[in-house]
Amino acid sequence: MAEGKNGNHIDIDVSERPDILYIEKMIQSGQRVLDLGCGNGELMYLLKKKGVRVQGIEKDDECIIRCVKKGLYVHHGDIDDGLAHHLDQSFDYIILNQTIQQTLNPGDIIRECLRIGKQVIVVFPNFSHWQIRVSVLFSGRTPVTKLMPFHWYDTPNLHFLSSQDFENFLEKDKIKVIRRSFFNEKREIKILPNLFATLALFVIQAGN
Amino acid sequence: MPTTASSEHKDPQSVGIVETKIARFDSLTLDNGEIISPLEIAYETYGVLSEKKDNAILVCHALSGDAHAAGFHEGDKRPGWWDFYIGPGKAFDTDKYFIISSNVIGGCKGSSGPLTISSATNKAYRSSFPFVSIADMVRAQEVLVSSFGIETLFAVAGGSMGGMQALQWSVAYPEKMKNCIVMASTAEHSAQQIAFNEVGRQAILADPNWNNGMYEDDTKPSKGLALARMMGHITYLSDEMMRDKFGRKPPKGNIQTTDFAVGSYLIYQGESFVDRFDANSYIYVTKALDHYSLGTGKELTKALSGVKCRFLVVAYTSDWLYPPYQSEEIVKSLEVNAIPVIFVELNNPAGHDSFLLQSEEQDSIIKDFLEFTDDPDGVIYG
Repeated sequence: MAEGKNGNHIDIDVSERPDILYIEKMIQSGQRVLDLGCGNGELMYLLKKKGVRVQGIEKDDECIIRCVKKGLYVHHGDIDDGLAHHLDQSFDYIILNQTIQQTLNPGDIIRECLRIGKQVIVVFPNFSHWQIRVSVLFSGRTPVTKLMPFHWYDTPNLHFLSSQDFENFLEKDKIKVIRRSFFNEKREIKILPNLFATLALFVIQAGN
Repeated sequence: MPTTASSEHKDPQSVGIVETKIARFDSLTLDNGEIISPLEIAYETYGVLSEKKDNAILVCHALSGDAHAAGFHEGDKRPGWWDFYIGPGKAFDTDKYFIISSNVIGGCKGSSGPLTISSATNKAYRSSFPFVSIADMVRAQEVLVSSFGIETLFAVAGGSMGGMQALQWSVAYPEKMKNCIVMASTAEHSAQQIAFNEVGRQAILADPNWNNGMYEDDTKPSKGLALARMMGHITYLSDEMMRDKFGRKPPKGNIQTTDFAVGSYLIYQGESFVDRFDANSYIYVTKALDHYSLGTGKELTKALSGVKCRFLVVAYTSDWLYPPYQSEEIVKSLEVNAIPVIFVELNNPAGHDSFLLQSEEQDSIIKDFLEFTDDPDGVIYG
């Protein structure tokens, strides 16, 4: 936990979030970024320190207060009805870091993001990780993991997808992939990611 | 002026005993070309203006408010209307900031308005006072602020009508402020808001003592003004708040006047209001509110395209008089213009009046927002 002048600026240990560090490295100072479902604002805080012009949307009351404590510009509201006013291609990046599985209509959200952002970064828990597959096979129950620590009755996640599912969606919608990376809690995964990655990250843009 | 707490008010978080002062200026030309001369503005200040004159915050009051925002007038039991938020260590920290609160022109609490004595007739202007707009009220505030030698306000803040003034400040004087706080407010009144005000005005106009606004002090249209205030009070609370507070309980006092506690509350609010407010001012100020418009959608986006400050916009889920969608409209227009803005919708059950009530969340949001104005570890985007 790092202490800032207004208390806790960092709520999680980002060294255990290679995806967050990967995104932070990718975005340059001066670029304009919209973080959808920005949570406590850990990623936004790192980007802001770097000089990125970042703003976020978040629906959770406590998260919003924590973002304000970090000096971040946040919009308290729902992504499902909060994007229409943004102009076409007005952001360099739109970030959906573990947000897309919680939205009502992920396909519509991604298409809207591709309209307002030059590139869109989508990160989601990979539902085809081997532990999940084994857990379903042997326990016969909906898995509860570190990244998806919820039960079927209390989860905010409305959709479960694998990196292969996402690839198929992009192909069907003719969305261009700029890069793709896969992670577990510690590092990037290069081999058989659909089996070994807990998190999948795609950078996409509109058109072929 | 820095103030010292008297023996009565030893709360270290209070600004203590304060008094309202009157500033006088030659004249002010209004939006419609008419001239107020001389211009008088009632105001109070709390805290100390820094040598660089860069720590001033203007707080703008709502419809029936006045210059008395914090601390106590000599002998008063209740403090100013924003005492929860203005004082040492509070959201508007008087140890750091110099707070200015002024009464709007067109009002009846010391600034030029219908009760001002006309030098031509030696009588109060009453309804012959010129129409005053929100932009005019803000223009008068700017005259006052400049008279302190302040070139740039650290912040302008207000709720409800005060929020509309803060918003107008950002549009009219973009170079003269760094932060704008708009709470429970809107960029223009909806038909519903105009409707509530219209009923209030019609109640005053229907009073047998109305006399086209040229009434005397001893024959005021009190019943009409009290009805207008009762109407207003219904809109300031939420359904939940009224249910909790009154339910269907019987009234306190005379059953011949009303059958329910909520009725006796409204009657009390109406009757006490006529002792401290003027019917003409009620009409002037509500008309100023109804006529104010920065537009909606693309018009609003265009209107806000030149603003230069950071924004904090606060709405309340239970506020049905100024519903959150109106705040969000301001926020969206700012976002389209890439203006840095924080939007928070607080789930306080108290309805429109929430911005006046004590809330830790609200206190910390305002404090944190102001804290990061010159953020050393980040870049203000825009």
